[in-house]
Amino acid sequence: MEKFTVHQGVAAPMLQINIDTDAIIPSREMKLVSKQGLGEGLFAGWRYTLPNGREPNEDFVLNQAQYKNSSILLAGDNFGCGSSREHAVWALKEYGIKAIIAPGFGSIFYHNCIRNGILPVVLGNDEVLALANHVEKDPQTCQVNINLLECYVCAYNTDHQSTELEATDSVNETLRFSFSILPAQQEMLLEGLDGIALTLKSKSNIASFKQAYQRQYPWLA
Amino acid sequence: MDKTLFEKIWQHHLVQELDDGAALIYIDRVFLHERTGSIALKSLEADKRKVVSPEHVFCTMDHIVDTVIGRGDNTKVPSGKNFILATRDACIDARIKLFDVNDPQQGIVHVVSPELGIVQPGATLVCPDSHTCSQGALGALAWGIGSSEAEHALATKTLRVSKPKTMKVNFNGQLGFGVTAKDMILHLIGKYSAAGGAGYVIEFGGTAVDALDIEGRLTLCNMAVEFSAFTGLVAPDDKAIAYLKGREYTPKGALWQQAVAFWQSLYSDEHAQFDKTIEIDCADISPTITWGNSPQHACAVDSVVPFAPADATQNQLQALNRAYEYMDLPAGSALKGLPIGAAFIGSCTNSRISDLRLAAKVLKGRKVAENVNAICVPGSTTVKRQAEAEGLDKIFIAAGFEWREAGCSMCFFAGGESFGYRQRVVTSTNRNFESRQGPETRSHLASPATVAACAIAGCIADVREYL
Ligand code: SF4
Repeated sequence: MEKFTVHQGVAAPMLQINIDTDAIIPSREMKLVSKQGLGEGLFAGWRYTLPNGREPNEDFVLNQAQYKNSSILLAGDNFGCGSSREHAVWALKEYGIKAIIAPGFGSIFYHNCIRNGILPVVLGNDEVLALANHVEKDPQTCQVNINLLECYVCAYNTDHQSTELEATDSVNETLRFSFSILPAQQEMLLEGLDGIALTLKSKSNIASFKQAYQRQYPWLA
Repeated sequence: MDKTLFEKIWQHHLVQELDDGAALIYIDRVFLHERTGSIALKSLEADKRKVVSPEHVFCTMDHIVDTVIGRGDNTKVPSGKNFILATRDACIDARIKLFDVNDPQQGIVHVVSPELGIVQPGATLVCPDSHTCSQGALGALAWGIGSSEAEHALATKTLRVSKPKTMKVNFNGQLGFGVTAKDMILHLIGKYSAAGGAGYVIEFGGTAVDALDIEGRLTLCNMAVEFSAFTGLVAPDDKAIAYLKGREYTPKGALWQQAVAFWQSLYSDEHAQFDKTIEIDCADISPTITWGNSPQHACAVDSVVPFAPADATQNQLQALNRAYEYMDLPAGSALKGLPIGAAFIGSCTNSRISDLRLAAKVLKGRKVAENVNAICVPGSTTVKRQAEAEGLDKIFIAAGFEWREAGCSMCFFAGGESFGYRQRVVTSTNRNFESRQGPETRSHLASPATVAACAIAGCIADVREYL
C-alpha cells in the first residue's frame, strides 16, 4: 500500500452533509469483479449529465477548471455514510483523492479509507468551512497541506513560494488545525502497512484464544 | 461490576487489547455475498492467503442475481454474471457453504442468516454489507465491514476494532394501531438525525421492543446503520430462543441446553452504565414515511414536508433545499394524497413472512391502482415458499402485484432493472438516497403495510384506513 506522510494539493469543497457511498460510486458503476476500473464512475450521478452517460456536468465541482487535479475533498458531516461498499474508496483512490477532511465520516467508510491509504481527517465544522473559504479564493493556488507525521492540516498558498517548496515560508500559519487519529491507524498509513500482516504477528495469541474459546462455547466451534 | 450486553460479548471475544483503544476481536461467523464476497475471496487468493475456518463462512447470491421467475446465472445487471460465476468458483475453491442461485435456502443474507440459525446470541458475525446490523436482533454482535476487512476476518478469524461507545434506546409504552417496527426506527432517525448514533453500539429495549417478535426486531436493528450506529442489538429473551430452536445451524441435543444456559446470561446488568440513553414514547409514533433523500427525513404519514428549523446551519439548509428539489416537494406539501408511480415490498428490512402477511392483509380483496407498478420480492426462497403455502402469493397477484424470486432486487439500482426516471416510489427498503432505486428515482421509505396501502390508493396513504 502507498504510504501517506505529507500531502499538499488542490482541495475541492463538497460541503453537503450525509454524502453517501451510493453517491460516491453508484451501484451501476461497479461493473467488474475487481478493485480497479472505478475512478470513472466516481460521483457519476452528479459528475455526468445523464445516468450512464459520460458527458461532464459543468456544474459539478470536480469538473470545474479551477478544481482540476483535486486530491483532497473538503466534505460535510457524515461523509461516506450508507452502503459498506469499499468501491467508494477504491474509486476515490483511482481518481486521485489522497485525503478527505470532514466533521465526521460513516464508520465503515472511515476504516475502508485507512485500509486503502486514504487519510480521513476529522476537523470541526468551522475549521472545514475556514479551509473551504481559503480554497475558494483561488483553488489552484490556495491549496491545503496535510501532515500526518505531526497531525495537522493547514492552508497553503503556492503563490507565496519562490521556486521550490519551502514549507515554512509558504504555510499560512493562521489556518492551521491539528487533528487526532488512532496511533495504529496512523502507523498503517505512514508505513503503508497491510492490516492482515500486522495481525498475523499475533498468530499464536489467536491460536491459543481459539482453543480456549472452543472449549467454552463448543456449539460455535 | 455491572456490564452492558455489548461489554459482555466484547469481553468474550477479546483476543488482545491493542495499544490504541482498539482490540483484536475474535469473529465467529463471516457471511459473504456475490457482490463484495467475490472480490474479497479473489483478492485473498491473489495475496496467497487462505480462509482459515471455511466451516464458519457462508455465502449467498442476493445482490446481483435476477429476481424474475425462471432466472439463472444471466442477469439484467451488466456483467452481473461474472460476479455470480466468480463467487461460485471462489466458494468451491475455499470450501465455503454457498446458497446458490436456485438453492432452496437462497435469499438475502440478513434474511437467510437468522432463518437458518447461522447468527446466534452472543456470537460475533460480520459481513461486507452495511445492514449486517440487522442480525443483532438475536443478541449477536453483528456488524457491516468493507471488503478488505472481510479479507482480514477470513484470513485471521479476527478483526481489529475500535471499541464503540454504548447507547440504550428505550421504546416505552405500546405501539399504536397500524404502527410497526419500521415506523419505530424511522421515527427514531427522524427525531435524532441520520448521524444520531455515530460511534455507538445501540441496545434497543423497553416494553415495545420486548413486545416485538423477532422479525420486528430484525427490522428495527436493520436500520441502525441508517442511524450511523456501529451496530444495533436486542438482548436475547425466550422469544429469541424459541425462534432459534430447531433451525438448521443451531446446536442440537446437549449442546443446545448448554447454549441456552449461556444465552440466558446475555443481558445488560441492572446497573450497567450506558454512555447515552434515549427514551422514546411510542404514543408519539404514527405510521411514518420519509419525504426526502435521507432516512432522517421521516415524518408522520398524515403530516407535511417540514420547513427548515430556525437554527439550521448553512450545510443543513443546503441539504434540505437539495432534498426539496430532488423530491420535487416544497416544504409544507402534504404527503397524504401525493400520487405514486410504483410500490415495492422487499429488502432485508421488510421482506420476511410477517411483513408479507401484514401487506397481504391490506391487499386482500383490493386492487392496486392503475399506473402503479407494484412488485413484491420475498427476502428468501424459504419465505417465498412459506408465503405460497399460505396462499399469500395469490393475494398479491390478484391485487396486481408482481410476485418474484428472492433477492435484493430493486432495493438498489445496479444498472439492470430499476424504477423509472424521477418516478415516485413507496418502498419497504431502508435507503432513500438519490438514485438508489433507479435514475433520480424518488423513494419514500415506509412499512410494508403502508406500501400496500399506497399501492391500492395510488398515492401516499394512511395504512390505518386500510386495516
Ligand atoms: S436488500 Fe438492499 S439493503 Fe438489504 S442487503 Fe440487499 S441491497 Fe443491501
